[in-house]
Amino acid sequence: MKIGLFIPCYVDQFFPDVARATYELLTKLGCEVEYPLGQTCCGQPMANSGFASLSKGCDANFISCFKHVDYVVAPSGSCVLHLKEHLHGSDEKAATHIREHIYELTEFLTDVLKVSTLPASFPHRVGMHVSCHGQRGLHLSSMTELRLPEFSKPMQLLNMVEGIEVSYPERKDECCGFGGTFCVFEEAVSVKMGKDRIKEHDVNEVEYITGVDVSCLMHLEGILKRNGSKVKTIHIAEILNHELKQKA
Amino acid sequence: MSDVINGKGVLSHADAAEVFISDEPRTDWHDETLWFVRSKRDKASLQVPEWEELRSLASAIKDHSLSNLDNYLKEFEEKATANGIRIHWAADAGEHNQIILDILKKHGFSKMVKSKSMLTEECHLNPFLEKNGIEVVDTDLGERIVQFRQETPSHIVLPAIHLKKQDVSDTFHEHLGTEKGNNDPQYLTEAARGHLREKFISSPLALTGVNFAIAETGGFVVCTNEGNADMGVHAASVHIACMGVEKIIPRAKDLAVFLRLLARSATGQPITTYSSHFHKPRRGQEMHVVIVDNGRSRQLGRADFRNSLKCIRCAACFNTCPVYRRSGGHSYHTAVAGPIGAILNPNLDMKANADLPFASTLCGSCSNVCPVKIDIHEQLWKWRQVLAEEGHVAPSKKVAMKGLAFIFSSPALFRFAGRVGRKMMRAFPGLMNNKKMNPWYKQREMPEAPAQSFRDWFKENKT
Repeated sequence: MKIGLFIPCYVDQFFPDVARATYELLTKLGCEVEYPLGQTCCGQPMANSGFASLSKGCDANFISCFKHVDYVVAPSGSCVLHLKEHLHGSDEKAATHIREHIYELTEFLTDVLKVSTLPASFPHRVGMHVSCHGQRGLHLSSMTELRLPEFSKPMQLLNMVEGIEVSYPERKDECCGFGGTFCVFEEAVSVKMGKDRIKEHDVNEVEYITGVDVSCLMHLEGILKRNGSKVKTIHIAEILNHELKQKA
Repeated sequence: MSDVINGKGVLSHADAAEVFISDEPRTDWHDETLWFVRSKRDKASLQVPEWEELRSLASAIKDHSLSNLDNYLKEFEEKATANGIRIHWAADAGEHNQIILDILKKHGFSKMVKSKSMLTEECHLNPFLEKNGIEVVDTDLGERIVQFRQETPSHIVLPAIHLKKQDVSDTFHEHLGTEKGNNDPQYLTEAARGHLREKFISSPLALTGVNFAIAETGGFVVCTNEGNADMGVHAASVHIACMGVEKIIPRAKDLAVFLRLLARSATGQPITTYSSHFHKPRRGQEMHVVIVDNGRSRQLGRADFRNSLKCIRCAACFNTCPVYRRSGGHSYHTAVAGPIGAILNPNLDMKANADLPFASTLCGSCSNVCPVKIDIHEQLWKWRQVLAEEGHVAPSKKVAMKGLAFIFSSPALFRFAGRVGRKMMRAFPGLMNNKKMNPWYKQREMPEAPAQSFRDWFKENKT
C-alpha cells in the first residue's frame, strides 16, 4: 500500500512541523509514505473565489504527482474535500482514482488503518475545534444540526492519547470564520467569529486549541497572538505524534 | 475591505457588516438571541424521531411540485376559480403591484392592512402604494415596528430582531404616544394591540401572504403566530393573497409534512399558533389570489439553482448562519437576507447582489438545518463561479487569482515564490504587518515564516 503524502501549499511554507508530524506518524504506523516533490496546491483558493475555471493547471499538476499511489493522505479536511468534489483533468481515470482514494489524516487512521492504540502522550488541557469542511463535508464527526447518532473520528484518536484532557466549546461545531479568502474580504465578521470561538475555549481553561485543519488554527492563532493570549494552537497530527516523536 | 459596491450607493455586505459589528455588545446580543432560536429548533427536531425522513419527504414533494409547476398551477387556478376566488397572474413585481392598486381603486379604497408577506417586500409594494395615496398598515408586530421606523425587515420570520426593547419603546413613544422610557414588553405589546385593533376594524381590504397553495383543493394556508392575518381578513370585505409560483403543493395531505417542519425549523414551536385555511370567500366578501413569477421561472431554468425554489421561508438558515448572526439582516441589502437570500437574490439582480454569495464561509450549517434540504452552501459556491464568469467580481481579485493559478500550476515557480516570500517576511516584517494594506493584520498576527519549508526539510533529510 503506497501512500502519497499531500502537504497543502501554506502548510508546506508556514507550518512544516505539522507536515513533519504527519509524515512521521504515518511512517511509524508502518505506512510506505511517498512525498511527491512537485506538488503545489489543491486549487481551492481560486475555486472558492469563483475562479474554479482557472485551476486547470493546478489540477493537472496534482494529478501527475499523485496518480500512481494507492491512497492520498493530507493533514487537512478542507483541501481534501475540495479535491474529492472538484478534481478533474484530461486524465479523468487518474483524477477519479484520486477523488475516491484521498483521505484526511484522521479518517485515514480510523477508517483505513483502523488504528486502535497509539503510543502517544500529551498531558495537557486541549480544546477541540471542529472544522466545518472535515465535519460537514467529509463527515469526520456527527453534526449538531442533524438527528443522527453521535461520533467523532478525531476524538476517537485523541481518546487514545495518554494524559490528554479534551473539551468542546459550548457551541460544539460553530465555524471559526476563516473561510478562505472570506478571512480578508469579510475581515470584520471573520475576526468576530474567531474571537467568539476563543471566548468559549477560554471558559474551559484550555492550554491548546486543536483541530484537523491548519487554516482554522492559523486564523485562531493570529487572533490569540494579537490579544496576548497564552493559549496555543496545535494540529491534531502533532498531538497524535507527540510521544512517538520524542522516542524517534 | 470590500470589492463590490452595489450600484445604488448601498454598502456591500462586508462594509455594512463592519458597521454592524462596531457595536460589539449589540452584535453579541443579536448573535445570542438568534442562537437561542437555533437551539430551540434543535430541541424541537430531536423530539421528532422521523425528523430526517420528514426532511427527505418535504424535499421530494417540493422537487416534484417544481417539476410539474405548470400543471399544478393550472389545477389550482381551476379549483380556486370554481370556489369563487379570482386569480390574477403577475409576470413581475410591477404587474403584481399594479393588480393590487387596481383592486383598491376599483373599490375606491384608500387604506389597507397587510399581514406578513415577504413577496410584497420583494416587490416593494408598500412604497408603490404609498406613492399612489394608499395607507398601508403592516399588522405583524415586528413589521409594524420596522414600518414606523421606515426600515425594512431584517429577518423573514423575526422582522425586528435587530432591535432591542428600548428601541421599540422609543419608537412607540414617538408613534403611539407610549410612556417615554417604559421598556416593559407587556405594556408595549398592549399599546400595539390597541393601535392595531383599530386598524383591523377600519380597513376595508386585507392583504396576506400564502405559505402553501394546494392544487387539489384550490385553497391556501397562511401561518402566523399573532392571528393578524385572520383578524385583518375577517373584518375586511376584500381579501387579497399574494403568492410566488413556487408556493404550490399538490395535495392537502402534503400539509401534514410541511406544517410539522415549518414552525419547528423556524422557532422551535411544534406548530404556528394559527394555521389558517382559506378556500372560498365568505358571503359578500371578495377574495383574490395574485400568483407572481418575478424571476422564479428564470431560476427554475438554472439547473444548479432551481431547487432554491423549494424554500418554505422558515429562516432556519438565518438563525444557524454564523455570518448572519454577526452581520444583521440589513447587511444583505435585499428583502430576503441570510444564506437563502444569498442564493435567491443574484437571480433577481446579479450585479447588485454579487457580494452576497461571498458573505459566507461555506461552513454548510445552512444546508443541514434546511427542512426541504436545499444544498444552500453548494449553491453559494456555484453562484461564485457564475458571478466570476459573468464579470461581477472585482478585476483586482481576478488578477490576483490568475497570478495564484499561474504559480500553483508550476512547482518550480511555487517553490521560488514561497522561498522569496518567506525570506521577505523574515527580513522585512513591516511589509506584511500593515493594517491598511493587509486586512489579515488588522486584528490578527501573521503566521511566523519558518526558514525552511517542509519540502526543503524532506529533501535534506529523507531523500
